Amino acid sequence: MVLGGFLDKLKRGLSKTRRVLSTPVGELFRRARQVDAAFLEELEEILIGADVGVETTMSIAEDLRRAARDTGTADPEELYGILKRDVESRLRKGESDVTLADSSPTVILVAGVNGTGKTTSIAKLAAYYMGQGKKVLLSASDTFRAAATEQLGIWADRIGADIVRHKMGSDPAAVAFDACEAAAARGVDILIVDTAGRLHTDSNLMRELSKIKSVVARKIPGAPHEVLLVLDATAGQNAISQARNFKQAIEITGIFLAKLDGTAKGGIVVAICDKLGIPVKFVGLGEGADDIEPFDAELFSRALFE
Amino acid sequence: MHLWGDFLFEAITEKFEGVVRRLRGKAIITEKNVADAMREVRMALLEADVNYAVVREFVKTVEKKALGADVLKSVSPAQQFVKIVHDELVELMGPVEPGIPQPDSPTIIMLAGLQGSGKTTTAAKVASYLLRKGRRPSMVAADVQRPAAVEQLKILGGQLGVEVFSGEGKAPDICVRAVERARLVGTSDVILDTAGRLHIDEEMMMEVKDIARRTEPHQVYLVCDAMTGQDAVNSAKAFDEELSLDGVILTKLDGDARGGAALSVKAVTGKPIKFIGVGEKLDKLEEFHPDRMADRILGMGDVVSLVEKARETVDAEEAARMQEKMLKAEFTFEDFHKQLGQMRKMGGIKDILSMVPGLGSQMGGLDISDGELTRIEAMIQSMTPAERRKPDLIDQSRRRRIARGSGVQAEDVSGLVKQFRQMRDMMQAIGSGRVSPSSLGTLMQPGAKIKGFKRRSKRKRRPRRRHR
Repeated sequence: MVLGGFLDKLKRGLSKTRRVLSTPVGELFRRARQVDAAFLEELEEILIGADVGVETTMSIAEDLRRAARDTGTADPEELYGILKRDVESRLRKGESDVTLADSSPTVILVAGVNGTGKTTSIAKLAAYYMGQGKKVLLSASDTFRAAATEQLGIWADRIGADIVRHKMGSDPAAVAFDACEAAAARGVDILIVDTAGRLHTDSNLMRELSKIKSVVARKIPGAPHEVLLVLDATAGQNAISQARNFKQAIEITGIFLAKLDGTAKGGIVVAICDKLGIPVKFVGLGEGADDIEPFDAELFSRALFE
Repeated sequence: MHLWGDFLFEAITEKFEGVVRRLRGKAIITEKNVADAMREVRMALLEADVNYAVVREFVKTVEKKALGADVLKSVSPAQQFVKIVHDELVELMGPVEPGIPQPDSPTIIMLAGLQGSGKTTTAAKVASYLLRKGRRPSMVAADVQRPAAVEQLKILGGQLGVEVFSGEGKAPDICVRAVERARLVGTSDVILDTAGRLHIDEEMMMEVKDIARRTEPHQVYLVCDAMTGQDAVNSAKAFDEELSLDGVILTKLDGDARGGAALSVKAVTGKPIKFIGVGEKLDKLEEFHPDRMADRILGMGDVVSLVEKARETVDAEEAARMQEKMLKAEFTFEDFHKQLGQMRKMGGIKDILSMVPGLGSQMGGLDISDGELTRIEAMIQSMTPAERRKPDLIDQSRRRRIARGSGVQAEDVSGLVKQFRQMRDMMQAIGSGRVSPSSLGTLMQPGAKIKGFKRRSKRKRRPRRRHR
């Protein structure tokens, strides 16, 4: 991937919103004389403040303590590097590239709780692949929320993607079924299936989701090739529960971390990658269709700490 | 607030239950055991996404109070400690004036918040709430940013029979024209649904300020997602600074979010949580009660809320009877059947059970949806009146007949009967005060499934539980 692109986009996001992605960790390391109990406490507070979560924060702090002991160093500079690599390696658990089908179409199923930004993220994904010269089709399988199909339709018009949609209230799996047929017939490269927002604790709706998935799987061998969970970067510890339940219901293959252009750090993905081994594949950085970047663990870890 | 689903605040509750257990049986609160308990409290709050600065303050205050002289002299340190934590939580989250004041007609209510917090759905819920209060609200589709947001509000307005103003141009102009029109038409309230925006997006914050300046809303509410993490304080503070909020509406509390944002947002803005969103249906908006929330956090259940909710859907007398029956557990299948309809209105049996003290943490494995209620209904309908009154009558052959009549398996019927009996005993135990809620675990093992309630076979029916 293009490393520069990610940073550029981040910076652009920054200038637009005077956003500061970084936490005071860099500052902390620079002014620290040595890594002691008080230092670690302060570090813990910063990590918790970035939504990394109590458990993962404690584990990171413990790693650092151990590293200090093992290497016999209390030099902040050295430990700073260790910290960044520690977080990066947690983010890399389960890391994998976006899976594209050997023979088209590739199907990407997108799910998430209400309001995380699924529809916008789908528009971004579509624009991203169209930018690579791929032919993209959208399946408007959120037939529940009022005007959701209209919303996706407007995006489809804006970016010039094809869309398959039914009436509001119709069977979302049937829309996906038709979209699969259309994708095969029209020689589409990437089919992206939108789904209605649902709370991960609603077992009926989670069943509905696995039904959509199995319809797609029956229709196109190997599909869906990617199952992305859209997470809101402002989400706290509940995101772990979301990831766990969606993983259980539809075996998500990756996370789309949306809304990273606010002041929230999205640190919860560190805990999710670490605990559940679900990789982050994309990040969303704004409201435009091109505000999308493939995820990069090293840069994210650096951005979090510098 | 009470129909929060079984998981809500469960983890906080569990933690506090742990703390209380630890303190129970200790003679006095000492510095040592307070420190231990406070560490647990701190962890529980942090895991619930309460902002760490807020947690620090909270812990400091509670610690100070817990170590005070009065506490050391108290007879039961555990009770005292629970009371201190409880009072502090109430203090932090309260006070709240119920309802939406109506100083003028039309009363202008403005909703603002981050993208995806649930403003549009909440606008419709507020309208529905006002309708229930006998007011005649209208809504304004002022979100011209998000594609089809206007369309969405119009559809919701159509479902409620509430007029939705929309128009071309900039959001502030649309709002001004809409308010003028509302005045002409004579609606009681105007609800402004504004676009979602980042609190650091200067241009968009200017716009929302402009709307506020030109329409002079009587109430400005921040719509905040209950699943928000540590950043909740930043956005809430920014919106409060720019718009001087009158209150907060916390959404998506029907999941398992522990809702620490409620504490954080109140702490940094000082503005009350007015309402909570507890489901996708448009009537799923409830007034916020800090004391009950604190009770809930501390694992005391929510029987009062249950009664109140029942009162809204059935008449008061019926509600009192119902609660009595539930607690005395005199109810039969006949009563149960009669109540099924009401239960649906109240949010389903799962919600009701989750409000029973101490049951919150026992309900983890239960899986009862409205669809399953239909099945139960079918089974009860297939029983004879005598069987409904005396479930003990139901033997193997009756079971088979009931199963045939309702299209389920015989074991579904026995599961239902068994579980019904268990439930009745449980309620009775609570009602008579023989059993403390927290010891209910022995009556109902965590993770127990209500067999008859659980859909077993794959059915064609589409699981829809949504509004319209």
